[in-house]
Amino acid sequence: MTAEVLKVTIQRDADRVETFDVPAYENQTVLDVVSWVQQNADPTLSYRFACRVGMCGSCAMMVNGVPRWTCRTHISKVVDGNAVMIGPLRNLPVIKDLAVDMDPFFDKWVAAEGVHHGALTRDDEIAPVHETSATRVEANAGIECINCSVCYAACDTVASNPDYLGPAALQRAWTLLNDAKDEGRVAILDAVSGSGGCHNCHSMGSCTMYCPNELNPMSAIAGLKRETAKNFFKRGR
Amino acid sequence: MKAAKGITSRAHPLWLAYILHRLSGLALALFLPLHFWVLAMAMTDPVRLDGFLHLTEAAAVKIAEFGLVFLLAIHMFGGLRLIAMEWLPWSAPQKTLAAGATAGSFCIAILFFMKAI
Repeated sequence: MTAEVLKVTIQRDADRVETFDVPAYENQTVLDVVSWVQQNADPTLSYRFACRVGMCGSCAMMVNGVPRWTCRTHISKVVDGNAVMIGPLRNLPVIKDLAVDMDPFFDKWVAAEGVHHGALTRDDEIAPVHETSATRVEANAGIECINCSVCYAACDTVASNPDYLGPAALQRAWTLLNDAKDEGRVAILDAVSGSGGCHNCHSMGSCTMYCPNELNPMSAIAGLKRETAKNFFKRGR
Repeated sequence: MKAAKGITSRAHPLWLAYILHRLSGLALALFLPLHFWVLAMAMTDPVRLDGFLHLTEAAAVKIAEFGLVFLLAIHMFGGLRLIAMEWLPWSAPQKTLAAGATAGSFCIAILFFMKAI
């Protein structure tokens, strides 16, 4: 990057943007840029972050129209000339500036039965988990989700159907369905086969394309489609 | 402003495959009533049908036919892709190999077909 000053345009409201001049540095993430604006130009700028190392999933924003984890996105990778456009995550209600209300996202996580369904007590033996079994491999594929909502913001199906549970919640359901320690099979299949469930997915693949942890929610949702369909035909017989 | 509001980078293969499948399906759905209407002329008005069939020798109609075959091919392979992707629990490399094998055999079959006619 050769520019000394970055032109950073931040979405402040539904129809109001503000452009700030931010000094460019060799090593600078999108989150660094937003923090610089808040600390040096406009202390009223609201945004959210916590860990700054890609663990907590709280700093996701739209960067030049693409949802990204801003703490692990180097500005040089996204800057267009010396300009960058930063906005709040898509598909979620905006609280203020770059901070969105994540409630709908987490509510759907629970609605998809993304909770532990245990059957054992503390007095029982710890159930063995076979690391190489086919179901464990499926479960492992999705457990690194950090709930950043990047996939949810990337999804056009979420944009057109507010009831759709979305990629992250459905991937969690698929993970639990394959988890030997989880006993919620019936509840999960019921939750994900309803009107907002996995069959809404059009396999556009933006969730998988933009997942910062390189997970594959689209393939998890395809798994749910197969399981719910199998379950339907078994019950029908 | 647009950039921050809507997702602008849909330019990835999966999304393009989705939109091609959708649009080709819509275009075919619009074409079908016309197709049946012309076919029905065989029963109702054979002379008019013959007149219609003469039209197929015009260059514009030939190009339109090419477009039609293209739409059919796109929609068929889009559908097969979707069925394979959603119903077969394959890993990513397996999918790539399967797509490559299908594309390869399709090319060979087309070459054979072109030689045959």
